[in-house]
Amino acid sequence: MSYVIRRLRAFPLVLIGVSIIVFIAIRLVPGDSITAMLGTEAGLLTPQQRDSLAVYFGIDQPWPVQYWRWFTGLFSGDLGISVTYGKPVLTVILERFPLTLELALLAMLIALSIGVPAGVFAATRNERPADLGVRVAAMIGQSTPSFVVGLVIIYILSAGFGVLPTMGAFTPIWQDPLQNLGQMILPAITLGCAFASSVTRVTRSAMLDVLSDDYVRTARSKGTPERQVIWRHALPNALVPVVTLSGIEFGYLLGGAVIVEQIYALPGLGRMVLEAILQRDYALVQGAVLFIALNFMIVNLLVDLAYAALDPRIRLEGR
Amino acid sequence: MRILRAIFSHPSGRIGGAIVLVYLLVALAGAVGLTPHDPLMQYRIDRLQAPTSSYWMGTDLFGRDVMSRLMKGVGQSFTVAFFSVALATLAGTVLGLTAAWYGGRWDTLLMRFMDVLLAFPAILLALLIVTIIGPGTWTSVAAISIVYTPIFTRVVRGPALSLKARDFVDAARTFGSSRTYILTRHLLLNLVAPLTVQVTLALAWALLTEAGLSFLGLGTQPPASSLGLMLSDARNLMEQAPWLLAFPAVAIMLSILGFNLLGDALRDILDPKTRRA
Repeated sequence: MSYVIRRLRAFPLVLIGVSIIVFIAIRLVPGDSITAMLGTEAGLLTPQQRDSLAVYFGIDQPWPVQYWRWFTGLFSGDLGISVTYGKPVLTVILERFPLTLELALLAMLIALSIGVPAGVFAATRNERPADLGVRVAAMIGQSTPSFVVGLVIIYILSAGFGVLPTMGAFTPIWQDPLQNLGQMILPAITLGCAFASSVTRVTRSAMLDVLSDDYVRTARSKGTPERQVIWRHALPNALVPVVTLSGIEFGYLLGGAVIVEQIYALPGLGRMVLEAILQRDYALVQGAVLFIALNFMIVNLLVDLAYAALDPRIRLEGR
Repeated sequence: MRILRAIFSHPSGRIGGAIVLVYLLVALAGAVGLTPHDPLMQYRIDRLQAPTSSYWMGTDLFGRDVMSRLMKGVGQSFTVAFFSVALATLAGTVLGLTAAWYGGRWDTLLMRFMDVLLAFPAILLALLIVTIIGPGTWTSVAAISIVYTPIFTRVVRGPALSLKARDFVDAARTFGSSRTYILTRHLLLNLVAPLTVQVTLALAWALLTEAGLSFLGLGTQPPASSLGLMLSDARNLMEQAPWLLAFPAVAIMLSILGFNLLGDALRDILDPKTRRA
């Protein structure tokens, strides 16, 4: 279990490193957050008003003090106050997070339900025209940026059917699941396309490897029906790399799909970060980036642990 | 020469290589100004024209020739991709080699720092960097190269560690070869194969990231043209002028496809262990 322990021990260190980088990075951005918040009205502030605002948002202190305050605040869930929203940062993040989580889950669901069968289908027809077709489709899918997919979908809908995806007013899933799904399905498909392509490619190659293994030959020579060989004997082992890939992709998606959220005007985490960066909302950017990095690291850790659990060679050998 | 022949006899290598070659020519033509029209010239009378014999890919809202802008944009995207991947490769190779060679505290420190950089989703890290330095071509280069440096560092460090323990390195040391000689001759030369594969695939990602950044308005700044920017401009006009969407979209896709195909072929040829991945 030494591998697992080593992974767990590195976790807080990396997290502290991330927090320091985020903290410094956002302060290197030219311009100050009070001017960015108030725009031209900032010029109307007296120096005293400016100072008291700076004290209120805690940006009057030297960097190390600010960092220490922020860092100790993290443990009590206090990430500071967002200058743009006038609300606690954690509240703002948690308002946006459900959408991002739902989008990531839907995209993964789409990717797996297309990618795994397609990969198995191609692997069992190795080097035949059907296999070639799947591979070409997957290659094209992997090479198409999500915003191209998104724009093409919107174009087909608007030019072909005269409808536009609903934008702006977003309905959370707990208010009206059907309407919510209607709003989420296109962005999810957009994100799912490239994701499904990589799942297809990895499933196919893993299946090909497994299908040439001795135990599969044994199963076949025992007279096990081919269908059972593929789905019961081969697929579970071939899924190990698919788990890794899906986990990593899912972790990325939890960071908010900035571009897709931008195209479909979805109020998710990614777009919030983009806006916060442009507004120089220090506290919000810091909090959100840390939150995203934490999610990403947790998912990666879980993937590594799952991988170690599935494959005893990693667990025992360590890295 | 052998490698070229191998690429040519590999099906996806042939297609990918051909696509990349065509793009390189287009990028070169765009860079030296061999475009059908001036990419910045606004032919006001010919605004939003569908493809015709004088404007092969139509004109945009300002009457600028889409094909000329596309050629310039390809040059732009490739410049960013090549420079950023070159920088990432250089930095990653030096860091990875020294981490493997010196080991100990330097290795731990360096690899932890790379772990920290890898904990950021790529586009987010790029966004942060762009915000700090301000948008622009060279910012994109810096952002993309920083994002990909940790990956190259890892790609180099792993194999370098195992090469370092090999007998021929010990032999070279006994003969009194200098450190630099061993690092470049014995380690680096043996890493060329995995690096080549990684570089080709990284070029595809870099093109993707560049297009994404300029799509968000954080990469190449107007009036210069880039593929991502052209797509972003096409968003509001795509019903009236679908060619504004179609040509840049296909151009981005094919360029990434070319490098992906070439990278796959190179992996098959140079690195038989991870074949078909």
